[in-house]
Amino acid sequence: MPDRKQAPEIVDAVHFDLKLKPADKFILDNGVEVYAVNAGAEEVMSLEWVFFAGNWHEEQNLVAATTNFLLRNGTSKKTAFQINDHFEYYGSYLNRACHSETATITLHCLTKQIKELLPAVRELITDSVMPQDELDIYKQNMKQRLKVSLKKNDFVAGRLIDVYLYGENHPYGKFSKEEDFDALDRGQLLDFYKRYYQEGKLVLFVAGKLPADIGILLNQYFGDIPFTTVENKKIIVGPTAEKKFRITNDPDGVQGSIRIARPFPNRHHPDFMKVQVLNVLFGGFFGSRLMSNIREDKGYTYGIHSHLQNHMHDSAWLISTEAGKDVCEATIAEVYKEMKELRDELVDEEELLLVRNYMMGGLLGDLDGPFHIIARWKNIVLHNLTEQYFYDSINTIKTISAQEIQQLAQQYLKPEDFYELVVI
Amino acid sequence: MIQFEKFTLPNGLRVIVHQDLSTPMAVMNIMYDVGARDEDPDRTGFAHLFEHLMFGGSVNVPNYDEPLQMAGGENNAYTTNDLTNYYIQIPAENLETAFWLESDRMLSLAFGEKSLETQRKVVIEEFKEHYLTKPYGDVWHKMRELAYKKHPYRWMTIGKELSHIETAQLEEVKNFFFKHYRPVNAVMVVAGNVTVEKVKDLAEKWFGDIPAGEAYKRNLPQEPEQTVERKQEIKANVPLDALYKCWHMPGRLDRRYYIIELLSDILSGGASSRLYQSLVKEKQLFSHIECHHFGSTDDGLLVIEGKLVKGVTMEEAEKAIELELDKMKNELVSESELQKVKNKTESMLAFEDMSVMSRAASLAYYELLGDAAWMNFELEKYGSVTTEDILQESRMLFRAVNCNTIHYLSNN
Repeated sequence: MPDRKQAPEIVDAVHFDLKLKPADKFILDNGVEVYAVNAGAEEVMSLEWVFFAGNWHEEQNLVAATTNFLLRNGTSKKTAFQINDHFEYYGSYLNRACHSETATITLHCLTKQIKELLPAVRELITDSVMPQDELDIYKQNMKQRLKVSLKKNDFVAGRLIDVYLYGENHPYGKFSKEEDFDALDRGQLLDFYKRYYQEGKLVLFVAGKLPADIGILLNQYFGDIPFTTVENKKIIVGPTAEKKFRITNDPDGVQGSIRIARPFPNRHHPDFMKVQVLNVLFGGFFGSRLMSNIREDKGYTYGIHSHLQNHMHDSAWLISTEAGKDVCEATIAEVYKEMKELRDELVDEEELLLVRNYMMGGLLGDLDGPFHIIARWKNIVLHNLTEQYFYDSINTIKTISAQEIQQLAQQYLKPEDFYELVVI
Repeated sequence: MIQFEKFTLPNGLRVIVHQDLSTPMAVMNIMYDVGARDEDPDRTGFAHLFEHLMFGGSVNVPNYDEPLQMAGGENNAYTTNDLTNYYIQIPAENLETAFWLESDRMLSLAFGEKSLETQRKVVIEEFKEHYLTKPYGDVWHKMRELAYKKHPYRWMTIGKELSHIETAQLEEVKNFFFKHYRPVNAVMVVAGNVTVEKVKDLAEKWFGDIPAGEAYKRNLPQEPEQTVERKQEIKANVPLDALYKCWHMPGRLDRRYYIIELLSDILSGGASSRLYQSLVKEKQLFSHIECHHFGSTDDGLLVIEGKLVKGVTMEEAEKAIELELDKMKNELVSESELQKVKNKTESMLAFEDMSVMSRAASLAYYELLGDAAWMNFELEKYGSVTTEDILQESRMLFRAVNCNTIHYLSNN
């Protein structure tokens, strides 16, 4: 009969010696960098083409996102249907996404099919024509989708908090309006495509069970495209002066979307890693202070979370939750109470050890499998960090002291620095 | 091919071990054979509320999450209409912590009044967040009520109405636990960097002395065959008209299930699928359309849902869908079109198997259905489907008397 009152012995995850599996790096004939992680048991792989073609680079709202969206909607030789039919016939998943600085094409496929697919991806990068009728359908459907999204408080809140933090004209703060879709012009898209895809800057990330000749294949299909470079121009944030907002979006709503956020520097700032630990303690996992108090004790919400945004330039620290209409203000008061507690009192060693172990255990799980590993490498490469960053973060998790955490809370968790928004 | 070993403890707990030494992690997945379909019609949402209470402390361990996080573990759970599943991912060195925590809550919960009171509120907020505040958020409540007259799939996992959750009593919680959360009604999968010997030892040590409980005999009212077409109209404060159509289909173990899965992929499995190409791209009647099914264990529903382009009438939209379905009923799909969706299925299964967690959950589910080994025959079953099967199935499935339609109209 086991003693059920007694927890089994554990190895503290904080003692684990975590290693980031190295990525192979090679350079195509045209200078394009490729990062490759060859691992995994299943005969599958993923490829990601990262272009510096995010909305950071556009002159007019939505040009970057629309160009990215239409990449697979027609080349001079194939219709949208033929392109999609080809990728789908070989059981692959072709996706694209537009972010702030970068825009990507991703392909997930069975390794055995890769040779059928690479030429087709090349065609998208070199020969997309963005047909007018495809653009028209896109505009119509996106405007309709926007109408539905605007009914959702969480969608509205997500847009507004970024406007407060960065300003409506900053790439991180601007958002789509119906008239932006109307203003899109095919000529602009083609110009953007030429500058930022056909002649843009590309970095490639591949992972999974890779064929032995992956380097040769990538060079064959992507090593002769005349890519150049793209400067990351400086864009200044324009935050709002006013800090507290209460917005009515849905008069019959039963819940409010709460966002509380402050500007915060990016990964290159010496406090970033340390604040990651403070963030986990504060609102970054199920056992966090915010979750324990506001969900598990008060029952105000289904979930409350905080995180540091993963932007390359200016960034922010954000708390978000959906709470019952009647308890929104009480929820905000509790968030500030938790900040105060972290400023006023040292976290006890037991709780800090729990956070350390949780983070280390999570990291161990996160390094499991080729797709997770390449994601780590992508973050390191695109944020201009080095492998050492990974080991420094681990060291921070292992060694940060309760005193340091309190100091950081005193420095960064001051209510007067936070923007506050409720959308009901 | 997923390898595993299976044994049963004297108290009836089925244990499956799946070793994968390439990962430093271990996964424990415990699936209980109870879902929303097992609820009393006046007490819906209970299985899911109960899942929340499983985290409120057990008889010997006041706090479930803390010791797990201390051991570097993570966990979560979900409830469906068919089952309730709890899973942990933890560094393999600390696997015993998972055994300790899961066995204690299978032994008995703490049944605290405070936990019930808080989780009632949390679940009510979850209900609001997912179903009340979202545009079109109530449509599946309405559709289930339209399509099912007898079977308990007529309510959603979250429950029929808030009041059922608001009035849940501690006594009912206890009864539910001792009826459903017994070893004899559960399957445990331990996967990852583990050995069969160690799992055997730990399973006997921690789960061996839990009373077996009574095997739950499921005796649900069966849904009578639908004989007339059903239609309903909803007007609400939404920006666009939307169309929802559902047809009754067989459950998870029927061969037709596999045919219908491929058939739904032909209709809307990707950007080259029929409904998208014809109705979004060529005719531009819908801004969005998709076809999917519930994936339920008992007889389920195949769904086609779409949002209409502004200015298009419901009649036009429905007629265009009918036209596509008529093609499915009258002409064989080409071999290459069928091959396309089979290829997609093959790669989807391969990607799912990348994760130990997903393999563990699949093994548990197939064991609950009858045999964990069935997991390894899935691809074969899809592979055996012919173009003639698709034709016959389309004729069987897409009969008007088998159909339920909701017109969800914008009132502005």
